[in-house]
Amino acid sequence: MAEKKKDWPPYAPGTYVRESDIREKKITYTWWEPEVQYSWSLGPAMSKFLQGLKNGKIIGIHCKRCKRVIVPPRMFCEYCFGPTEEWVEVADTGIIETFSISYLDPDARRIEDPILVGVVDFDGTPPHHGFMHYFGEMTKDEIKIGMRVKAVWKPEDERVGSITDILYFRPLKGGET
Amino acid sequence: MKEVAVIGGGMTLFRRHLLETGKELSFLATKMAMEDAGIEKDDIDMVVMGSAPDAFDGIHMKGENLLDGAAAVGKPYVRVFNGGGTGVFAPIAGWWHVASGVADICLVVCEEKMGNIYPHPQTAFRHIWDPILDRPLTPNLVWLFAMEMNRYMTVHGIKKEDIALVSVKNKRNAVGHPCAQLADPNITVEDVLNSEIMAWPVNRLDVSPPSDGAAALIFCNKDIVHRFTDDPIYVAGTGWSIDSTMWTNRDLYFPRYVAQAAKMAYKMAGVQNPRKEIDFAEPYDPFSYKELHHLEGLLLCKKGEAPILTREGVTQRDGDLPVCPSGGLLGVGNPIAATMGQKICELYWQLKGMAGKRQIPGDPRMGIGQAWGDIMQMATVMILRRG
Repeated sequence: MAEKKKDWPPYAPGTYVRESDIREKKITYTWWEPEVQYSWSLGPAMSKFLQGLKNGKIIGIHCKRCKRVIVPPRMFCEYCFGPTEEWVEVADTGIIETFSISYLDPDARRIEDPILVGVVDFDGTPPHHGFMHYFGEMTKDEIKIGMRVKAVWKPEDERVGSITDILYFRPLKGGET
Repeated sequence: MKEVAVIGGGMTLFRRHLLETGKELSFLATKMAMEDAGIEKDDIDMVVMGSAPDAFDGIHMKGENLLDGAAAVGKPYVRVFNGGGTGVFAPIAGWWHVASGVADICLVVCEEKMGNIYPHPQTAFRHIWDPILDRPLTPNLVWLFAMEMNRYMTVHGIKKEDIALVSVKNKRNAVGHPCAQLADPNITVEDVLNSEIMAWPVNRLDVSPPSDGAAALIFCNKDIVHRFTDDPIYVAGTGWSIDSTMWTNRDLYFPRYVAQAAKMAYKMAGVQNPRKEIDFAEPYDPFSYKELHHLEGLLLCKKGEAPILTREGVTQRDGDLPVCPSGGLLGVGNPIAATMGQKICELYWQLKGMAGKRQIPGDPRMGIGQAWGDIMQMATVMILRRG
């Protein structure tokens, strides 16, 4: 006959501290503000990609074995694990793969005007294949998955070789390619 | 491979801030698990620690910081970590210590203190994004899950009302959990839908809270389990898998890496028909839609079917397939790695008949727990069964 054990957890050890207890120094604590900086060398694939953005172009690369164009490009294919080859310029148009209407900043502080953000699935790449960016020239009520969009670039003399050389993606107008 | 039993579990209170340090929380959870198992520190051969990004605690290499509280002094000890997957990956690592025959008794401790960082735990997540492609866009982690939720909803035509039912169920289930942070016996679908929009389609009550907490489990070689219990619970199967970091190059509507991990665990457990053979499930539910997404990934229903099962009451505690009877992350809290308490400790307590007010009716014989992490890419799965 199996023994009957007690209900578990039998109690909940630990002491709850309110945010106000910390602010009002009702508990003993210590504080630390680290300051660090990093520099990343970007490697051959990302260097080429960002140089392309500076020139107003979205650069991908072929995986010949998987017969796909990869955006953002990398020097190897993570699926077949072969090297990639042959850079290719991809159209700056595509469809909205998915999106969110965000009322949060990076520290989870609330913002009034929502950010429209999502993933663009680019023309000329396999389905569900692209990168994250902002959307603009559309309202939160207009944005939807499957909407055709086009990149809005910064003026050439303001581009620095960053993902933010594209300002956002706007709706593709009727007849426009 | 040795057969591996679970002989003890422990768990602390889960709250936004706890007074105790990480070491002290580890000690409290470990002591409770040792009391449950009826063992002392000297009985433990090896120790596994699970804890998520160092950036929350603010202590780099915190495995070394925590070990004193995890009964690890003078023993083989390792910390494992794969983001949100850690809560089930740490017990998997504990299992393999024993299954391999290297240890007879292995203690697993999972600890998290998310309350240490200011202004918000989200601040730590700023450092997990790709520095080239993502960080210049100043992302918030909730964006990711909002995008995945939207993709899942749109592909299957799922309404937010049906997803909100998960929050309602889990926050109500948590009422019976002594450690719970956000239990609510009266919450309604309207409460969830009317709560603040954080990043549409995610509302505040669709999200589990950041928490401090710890949990512990003790694994034991079957050959000596008779010394501790005559009613052992066994690890039937484990599985884990990871997908590409390039999350913008795959369709987010289905977590194929969860299916890969689940298939590995089902094969090990000899489970042919998961929906029939699995009696209850503890899928990872940091967001309401994730429970549904993961039920589908765990092959417990067809793609797009999980919201229907939820609406029909199948996943209630007294339903045909109880899901998150613990109250899950949504109800009990989300101290990342320490959610081992809801995902694997709860399987053990339910199978052992020790779950008290949370106990699911009938005579559950087999349960599955799962966690999920990194950039929507890591799945960890464990199946426990009665002896």
